[in-house]
Amino acid sequence: MVKVQIFGSLKAATDDKSEVEIDASTLRELLDGLADRYPGIRPQLDRGVSVAIDGRIYNDSWFTPIKDDSEVVLLARLKGG
Amino acid sequence: MSKIHVTTTINGDPVEYLCDAEDTLLDVLRDHLGLTGSKEGCGTGDCGACSVTVDGRLVCACLMLGAEAAGHEIGTIEGMAKGDQLHPLQQKFIEHAALQCGICTPGILVAAKSLLDHNPDPSEEETRYWLAGNLCRCTGYDKIIRAVLDAAKDMREAS
Amino acid sequence: MALDSKTDTKPQTFKVIGTRPLRPDGIDKVTGRARFGADMSAPGMLVGLVLRSPHAHARIRSIDTSAAEALTGVHAVVTRADFGPLRDEGTADVLDNCMAGDKALYDGHAVAAVAATSGKVARQALKLIKVDYQPLPHVTDVDAAMAPDAPALHEGRADETVPAGMSGNVMARHEFGHGDIDAGLSQADRVLERTYRTEATHQGYIEPHACLATMNSDGQADLWCCTQGHYMVRNTCAAILGLEQGQLRVTASEIGGGFGGKTTVFLEPVALKLSQKSGRPVKMVMSRAEVLRATGPTASSSIDVRIGMTRDGRITAGFAELRYQGGAYPGSPVDMGSMSAFAPYDLENVRTVGFDVVTNRPKQAAYRAPGAPMAAFAVESAIDELARGFGLDPLEVRLKNAAREGTRASYGPTYPAIGLEATLRTAKDHPHWSAPLGPNQGRGVACGFWFNFGGDTCVSLNITPDGTVTLSEGNPDIGGSRASMSMMAAEELGIPYDRVRTVIADTGSLGQNEVTDGSRVTFAVGLATIEAARAAKREMCKRAAQVWGIDEDAVIWEDGAARPAGPNAGQHPPMSLAEIAAIASNTGGPIAGHFEVNAEGAGVSFATHMVDTEVDPDTGAVKILRYTVFQDAGKAVHPSYVEGQFQGGAVQGIGWALNEAYIYGEDGILQNPGFLDYRIPVASDLPMIDTVILEIPNPGHPYGVRGVGETSIVPPLAAVANSVSDAAGVRMTSLPMSPPKLLAAIQSGTS
Repeated sequence: MVKVQIFGSLKAATDDKSEVEIDASTLRELLDGLADRYPGIRPQLDRGVSVAIDGRIYNDSWFTPIKDDSEVVLLARLKGG
Repeated sequence: MSKIHVTTTINGDPVEYLCDAEDTLLDVLRDHLGLTGSKEGCGTGDCGACSVTVDGRLVCACLMLGAEAAGHEIGTIEGMAKGDQLHPLQQKFIEHAALQCGICTPGILVAAKSLLDHNPDPSEEETRYWLAGNLCRCTGYDKIIRAVLDAAKDMREAS
Repeated sequence: MALDSKTDTKPQTFKVIGTRPLRPDGIDKVTGRARFGADMSAPGMLVGLVLRSPHAHARIRSIDTSAAEALTGVHAVVTRADFGPLRDEGTADVLDNCMAGDKALYDGHAVAAVAATSGKVARQALKLIKVDYQPLPHVTDVDAAMAPDAPALHEGRADETVPAGMSGNVMARHEFGHGDIDAGLSQADRVLERTYRTEATHQGYIEPHACLATMNSDGQADLWCCTQGHYMVRNTCAAILGLEQGQLRVTASEIGGGFGGKTTVFLEPVALKLSQKSGRPVKMVMSRAEVLRATGPTASSSIDVRIGMTRDGRITAGFAELRYQGGAYPGSPVDMGSMSAFAPYDLENVRTVGFDVVTNRPKQAAYRAPGAPMAAFAVESAIDELARGFGLDPLEVRLKNAAREGTRASYGPTYPAIGLEATLRTAKDHPHWSAPLGPNQGRGVACGFWFNFGGDTCVSLNITPDGTVTLSEGNPDIGGSRASMSMMAAEELGIPYDRVRTVIADTGSLGQNEVTDGSRVTFAVGLATIEAARAAKREMCKRAAQVWGIDEDAVIWEDGAARPAGPNAGQHPPMSLAEIAAIASNTGGPIAGHFEVNAEGAGVSFATHMVDTEVDPDTGAVKILRYTVFQDAGKAVHPSYVEGQFQGGAVQGIGWALNEAYIYGEDGILQNPGFLDYRIPVASDLPMIDTVILEIPNPGHPYGVRGVGETSIVPPLAAVANSVSDAAGVRMTSLPMSPPKLLAAIQSGTS
């Protein structure tokens, strides 16, 4: 199980928990698992998120590996100019 | 309405063209003569990207009518290098990385050359005020000012 | 993909990286030969012009184009009715912004377009188009738009994060942070509460948007345009026009500045539609007034900050509520502002709440570190006021609270090696910090943070028969990136810089490339270039191995040549790149390397800015006396262009702080759509901008490169405000600090 930190505006969808546990070993499994377990997050996932895994930020790469002890943080989708 | 026939000199070459009364010199240069080195950044004389010289005087080509060029000597960025020999300002702009995107560069070079034609030894402040009519959004002007002062120094030493 | 596996964080020595060669496109750009967006023409070309709404908010009852269509010389007229419906909401907003549907949502919103044989005829035609508008109440201020009774732009567009009962103009609510704000504040010796405001500013690129479109009846199309990303233009236009992406070839012109403002489309779908209808190439070029009225400025903001600090300068809690209006459609960068506001600091208790608000203004577009400068202005001003209030050194206070490796960032993750502390220590030791100040002069500092990203990247590196190298990449060169790519290829191949020529390929020549944004190009395209060069080297080693009759694993590449890996590989004189290239046909055919990647894992970056100002107490005018930028570049590939990014960002920030603002009248009409009244900094406003490049290698890049383009605009708003507040003796909390505003503050003793 991977611990995932959720940002504040999503807590309404996670029973007010700022950290949830998902069974996942890749980014794709993580996002799918989140959407299944907490359907209220799905609109935000559809709009796009970035995910920090052990301090590095990922946007898209489904098969980015995630270890059970990885630090995983959900972020708003990064923008740039 | 009939077109106006204009005979003029551009970068030393004799040029004839037909233009509408409301065509600016910049319209003529860019759209009729294919001299697209002069840029239109504003069309109101505020940005200097279309700087040219008219009988040696620095003007914004967007503020002058094409018909008014008759009988005058127009200088544009295309006339600044002599053959394959860059003007020292052009060379220094490349060496000092004084351009990023390069859209303002032709106008700034024409304006800077005009400065050095008037004053071969400008101070930093004189250079900054002379170029105050030429907007650059990329560089913060630092490297532009350095390039102009360095070119002026080389040109003084060479003369 | 993650690139950790390829990363070598050992200190490296370079031959080309870190030098300052001449840029390859230099001569074209100093002679006027470089072709920008408006510099292209085509045989039989028509001129396209846009009719724009004179109302801030109006229902479009009808548009009668018959008289315009009947005018001699007019070949096509286009309105929204010419475009089909779109399913994707994001793309639908882009189309609606390019050509209004049921409503004109801001002054300058496009409502129709014509293509005619000349600009003169096109202008006449625009006057003949009759639009029946029903003016509606409008709102342009962010706080006014959040009032419950404010005129609403859209119905039912708010997302699920917006609490019930808020104004219909609030599109989204974002919340980030951790800890307990109230508990943190209760430990403070002082809690400062302030509201800060910034105005919308435009990216201000000198080149107006321009394009030349040719669209055939068989669905094939070609487009030339100035953009930060021609692949984005292709994909967006294809979606809007119902084209196959592969049938639309987009070529990027030289680009006359973008700063985020050319990361979307405005004219391009309209030009393609006009070309399709007229059967002729159509060129469209915006005027400066159109650029200011109808392309993206950045958001304006209103931000409440609450920060607690102990007497010795420790921040006990930080809270901010950020309200950004992003114009007529959802998507202001308030989420980025909320994540980045407190990012430079190591805080136990931190929370930000952001509201994305729509108003009757042009849709905001990204502007260099979108959302971050305003947030940094608020937080860095508050920290400065607290530090000075306790009589503490503002740099020391920042050092005391600085995020470092292992700090949990305010937006959640734990930082790897970062450069903030290095910028602060270098700033503190710099002669600027201890230089004397005169009367009416002040000094300010501020820190800034930006994420940076990577994204889809595809490059192709080809070895020519004479042993030179061409590199094709898909990102417009906005400030010297051809030079930095050539440098990285030369470094990796071990050949001189001038043996590599980098070209920007059209969309038909490479796979997908993300836009030139997010400070990504030197990082991501550089990384792909290095990997493409490595692939070519592997192939060249294979060819040499074949010639020598040894195993390819027994060949290494060193100093521009294939060499036997050791004594066991046999005695063979090295084969240079040119020698291998010359016999490529004999050894298997042309040699090329390519690399395709979604370059994830870009490193974040930090900067500290220091600025001295002098305030004229009689007029409120501010003079910038001295300015120094301290920023971490990871590794500076071409230091001159890194310095240029630092300097340019700082000066854009100075403009934002002192002069620039979108000014709307009561009628919702933009009052300053020109460079005379929308005044960006000019040469005589400024001193030299000193720079100090720090290099804390990014472990995610083979050479340690971090993006540098955006971070430099984050600190200056606050740095200038802190300096002016110091000089004037009053705390300035509203930008721009224009002379009348500053004079009023000085005279009343408070902002």
